[in-house]
Amino acid sequence: MKLKKALLSAIRTAATILPRDVVITLEEAIQKEDSKLARAQLAAILENIKIARTDSIPLCQDTGIQTFFIQAGTRSPYLELLNPVIAQAVIEATATVPLRPNTVHPFTDKNSGDNLGRGMPVIDYELTESDKIIITLLPKGGGSENCCALKMLTPSAGISAIKRAIVDHVIACKGAPCPPTIVGVGIGGGADVAMKLAKRAILRKIKISHPEQPVAKLEKELLELINRSGVGPMGLGGNTTSLAVHIEYAFRHPASLPLGIVLQCWASRRAQIQINKDGSIKVS
Amino acid sequence: MERDITLPVANNLVRGFRAGDILHISGTIFTARDAAHHLLVKRKNEEKEIPFDIRQMPLYHCGPLVRKKESRWQIIAAGPTTSMRMEPFESQFISLFSTTIIIGKGGMGEKTLASLQEVGAVYAHYAGGAGALAARAVTQVVDVYWLDKLGMPEAVWILDVERFGPLIIAMDSHGESLYHKLDKTVNKNMEWIHRQINKGALQ
Repeated sequence: MKLKKALLSAIRTAATILPRDVVITLEEAIQKEDSKLARAQLAAILENIKIARTDSIPLCQDTGIQTFFIQAGTRSPYLELLNPVIAQAVIEATATVPLRPNTVHPFTDKNSGDNLGRGMPVIDYELTESDKIIITLLPKGGGSENCCALKMLTPSAGISAIKRAIVDHVIACKGAPCPPTIVGVGIGGGADVAMKLAKRAILRKIKISHPEQPVAKLEKELLELINRSGVGPMGLGGNTTSLAVHIEYAFRHPASLPLGIVLQCWASRRAQIQINKDGSIKVS
Repeated sequence: MERDITLPVANNLVRGFRAGDILHISGTIFTARDAAHHLLVKRKNEEKEIPFDIRQMPLYHCGPLVRKKESRWQIIAAGPTTSMRMEPFESQFISLFSTTIIIGKGGMGEKTLASLQEVGAVYAHYAGGAGALAARAVTQVVDVYWLDKLGMPEAVWILDVERFGPLIIAMDSHGESLYHKLDKTVNKNMEWIHRQINKGALQ
């Protein structure tokens, strides 16, 4: 089936080919490093990216939890197909790409072997007024996911408390999330919304700033502050701790200031599928 | 200092590895993550047999992605996993098994650092996520243990490697740790960063 084939292709692309914006930013980062150890880390990363692409093999053995963000056009005739076809594509991709079987029962530790299981893969739906479906695939590794955090701040503490919480958290994680990282930040909404906004924020291409100028400015400032820490590539010291900070926000309850932080490793893998009303599909 | 090492490596040579050195190693290594650490320590304590020659074999914190092709195992990607998860076991582990080289990412804790000094061992860092590059250094899968019980990432894989690296000695057998040094620098930088934030930062 055409949709399953497109999904398989997207899963393989995400696992094996790092998006261009990430590669370019990593190539720029190596130029900014003076220390031998930092350069050795980035050189190994860049060589790894090349090998994975050339041989069409996964960049990282942690092929992640397959996470699908779906902008579902309410006028698309294909909505009911999505869940079962995505599940089937994940099973097949696990065998053919291959992906590491990464889903285990939370109490028994039993690995399902096919990246499925209760709640897996993760599928997030957002309804849109459209006849298209856009699926963004994010294979999310465990090391960086372990460095995510939710902070319920005091609203009166203001913007400097937000800055401090983000910078302190990212730096306290040191080398654990496989820096240089992409920092996704979600502010407002509520506890769950802040985390979701933070995760969606890492899907945005590097160097595309938030469309609102004050938010874009804050992103730039936070990136600069984080990179002044000296944590560096893989936490061995250097000038590149993060490649980007992306912020998304929602309005909040006057009594709450939720702050979600999602860290993404340098292997910031993603792929996208667009399903048009006429059934044509584009993978990118 | 950059070194090319053929395994097994003598203890006195490991004592000569210093924090900041870069190694490439050739020979046989094994993988173990949380569950495998737990299992191996338990077996040893219960005086059950360990089915491979574990003594002095480098321990790699790795859950590889492996595929079976024509009845042979093939490593597809094999980068390191976060070593800190193994901290509760590591001190006991390296004493029990005379491990001299631990390979992982992100560093380990004070207990392990103390044991490295006692045993004469080092902790070497390999670039996280560089799974395809690591797989290229694997010449063959020698064996796998407890695959059914633990699953692919947690099983113990015995691997032959050729010039596996760059491995950066991050914690040596003399109590030196690159992470300690870096912590000092980062803490100092944090003071500056906090001052910037307090005064309305970079505007």
